[in-house]
Amino acid sequence: MDLLAILSNSVRGAFGPEAAIYALAAIGLNIHFGYTGLLNFGQVGFMLVGAYGTAVPVVAWGWPLWAGVLVGVLCAVLLALLLGFPTLRLRGDYLAIATIAAAEVLRYLYRSSWAEPLTGGVFGLKQFAGGFYAFNPYSGPLDLGWLTFSPRALWVMTVGWGAAFLAAGLVALLIHSPWGRVLRSVREDEQAARSLGKNVFAYKMQSLVLGGVMGALAGALIGINSQALNPDSFMPIITFYLWTIMILGGASRVLAPIVGSVVFWFLLTFLDSALRQAIGTGLVPASVLVASDIGAVRFAAVGLGLMLLMMFRPAGLMGDQKELRLDVR
Amino acid sequence: MLARLVGLLAALTIALSWGAVAVAAPGAGPVTGAGDTAPVTTASMLPLQQTEAPDDAEETQQPEEPAELLRGTLRGPDRQPLSGLTITVTRDGEEVGSTVTDDQGQWEVGLPGPGTYAVGYDPAELPEGVVPREEGGEQLQGVVVRPGAAQGVIFQLAGDGEGEGVPGGGSGAGAAGPTLLSKVAQLLVEGIKFGAIIAITSVGLSLVFGTTRLINFAHGEFVTIGAVVAFFASTGGPLPLVLGAVVAIAFAAALAGGLELSVWRPMRRRSTGLIQMFIVAIGLSLVLRHLVLVVFGSRRRQYDEFTLQPAWDLGLVRITPRDLVITVLAFLVMVLVAVMLQRTRTGKAMRAVNDNQDLARASGIDVERVVMVVWLVGGGLAGLGGVLYGLTQAIYPEMGFTLLLLMFAGVILGGIGSAYGAMIGSLAIGVISQLSTLWFPASLQFMWALLAMILVLLFRPQGILGRRERIG
Repeated sequence: MDLLAILSNSVRGAFGPEAAIYALAAIGLNIHFGYTGLLNFGQVGFMLVGAYGTAVPVVAWGWPLWAGVLVGVLCAVLLALLLGFPTLRLRGDYLAIATIAAAEVLRYLYRSSWAEPLTGGVFGLKQFAGGFYAFNPYSGPLDLGWLTFSPRALWVMTVGWGAAFLAAGLVALLIHSPWGRVLRSVREDEQAARSLGKNVFAYKMQSLVLGGVMGALAGALIGINSQALNPDSFMPIITFYLWTIMILGGASRVLAPIVGSVVFWFLLTFLDSALRQAIGTGLVPASVLVASDIGAVRFAAVGLGLMLLMMFRPAGLMGDQKELRLDVR
Repeated sequence: MLARLVGLLAALTIALSWGAVAVAAPGAGPVTGAGDTAPVTTASMLPLQQTEAPDDAEETQQPEEPAELLRGTLRGPDRQPLSGLTITVTRDGEEVGSTVTDDQGQWEVGLPGPGTYAVGYDPAELPEGVVPREEGGEQLQGVVVRPGAAQGVIFQLAGDGEGEGVPGGGSGAGAAGPTLLSKVAQLLVEGIKFGAIIAITSVGLSLVFGTTRLINFAHGEFVTIGAVVAFFASTGGPLPLVLGAVVAIAFAAALAGGLELSVWRPMRRRSTGLIQMFIVAIGLSLVLRHLVLVVFGSRRRQYDEFTLQPAWDLGLVRITPRDLVITVLAFLVMVLVAVMLQRTRTGKAMRAVNDNQDLARASGIDVERVVMVVWLVGGGLAGLGGVLYGLTQAIYPEMGFTLLLLMFAGVILGGIGSAYGAMIGSLAIGVISQLSTLWFPASLQFMWALLAMILVLLFRPQGILGRRERIG
């Protein structure tokens, strides 16, 4: 077992582009659930429309990439409005089912033969983010001896973490504004907020739009990072990753999604790399696990982590159990 | 807390011990491609194995399978593997490679890189009485191979003279003659069969919600596990499928009961919030689904019994004996559940708990026992539904989750908490999803079912049979 290699992989995972992207999407989710109490289980749907909104104009109509990102954001706003009108009046658990169904509807739609002229159907889209890498200021890789990042990854990380911290800062400002106080009062007691004359529905909708836009930006970054999009990489499990990240960090804490994402990706890559080595060196015999099972083991571990967190420490690493009462009202 | 951990471990042990048994069962049966009973789209080949979709964002470090290849399994109409056929792969008319199918009918050709290929075999080598299902089906053009992909290729074969009429689960539309009436009738039959399967699986989901207010996100996993246990017991093991199904039902029921004892009951005792329990259920579903994935593999497989049957022509519609039995069986089960709910003591107690738990408890009903029975019945029914679904489509680890969303649609359509509502709603969802293929692509059929659910939430959130209560 090469512990150093495992650790270097884990650190790479913890600070790499994916961690930044997931942190950004989880910040959006934190606005929904942590501050407004909305059970949004369709965050991946916002990421999907964000990613395709970015890629399709570039590939199909030759627009510049920034215009694509703008289209992605607009798509997310539209999706939030479409989704919010029927479902935001419902009780929390109905909202959860409606959102997860909506995300799946979108995935079916984007991979269907109808959408193929624009989205490429099951084959997806490729090579649309050249405009992003053209601005890459890094010329050489970052080499720490035991850990290297390519200039490409560095550029995505810079933008990704930058966006995540900007979003967190925005959330911090908003949440301490009067608007944010109303939002939290909606979470705590919808009836009380309503009886004070607040338009609960409008606040929920604003929260859904704002968090959805952050999801869409994360989706755009996913597309930019991998230079390839496929509807089937936007499975519901991404949403469950985001929930795990948010709850691990501690819902309704400004920096929780960022901390959660770093810890989550560290643990996940650690497990991945340690298992790979254990199987490679024969420590885990092939009759028990083979390398192609690692993905499944990893998902199972996320599920187990989510279960145990929810059972024994629903406040996560930095949350305050009193601040967030998890219940349907 | 200690007792609870022990309980959780016990449940996991059940799951793992079953896993060990399953691994021990050798030669896990013939591996088939995306089975041709699935609603096959018009193209006669399907990508076999979408590489593990969600995590390709981070596959940057260690590419696992650098080489592209084409592979497949050649089977005759009786599902016997065809060995000794020469498969030739060409690109732009130039031969890239060729191979001969082995005695399992399997073949694999390595490729120089991603691109578009043509694959074919020599129809003269086919055994007597076997022909390509479609004219020119021995040569497939335009097979797109993506970087690093092991692209599956399916050649569809038919018995001589059988032609297009090979029974299939899904798009019976093409088979049953051109008139609109018979198309609609055929799709209605398919839809009712599919809806009946969803109905028997969703009864448990609805009853559990009615008695405990828990939205059991892991309910789909009972379906998958039922199908998989039956597979390992029958196709990969010694039992006939009928007995395998009994084992599967017992196993799914035991798993549901074990989870109630180890996870849900302790959480209710601590009066955990419902959202918290909902999220725990999501975690549980991830754990179970991916344990199945490790044990079973990601490929779609089929039971080796009742796979290919000649369809009975009933004038307007065609139906295989298998599908008829499945439909009748599902309806029989629904009637039994209804009789149980109406006539037996336990069933009445279930309805009482469903209506008002406190009142039921005050009048001397042992609520915990009733909830336990609900889990056992619901788990067992889900297991049975999994076997039936596996028979009509294919067995794969995601099947429970796919079905779960349709179950939610059915349950919400019918009115959450009501067993009868779940049945009616599920039948409606089955019919909607099948009828949609009349006008829309078959790949979108589940989308319409989910859209129907969202529409119901908009206009009548309590569903068809649901009680009027404040849900907004």
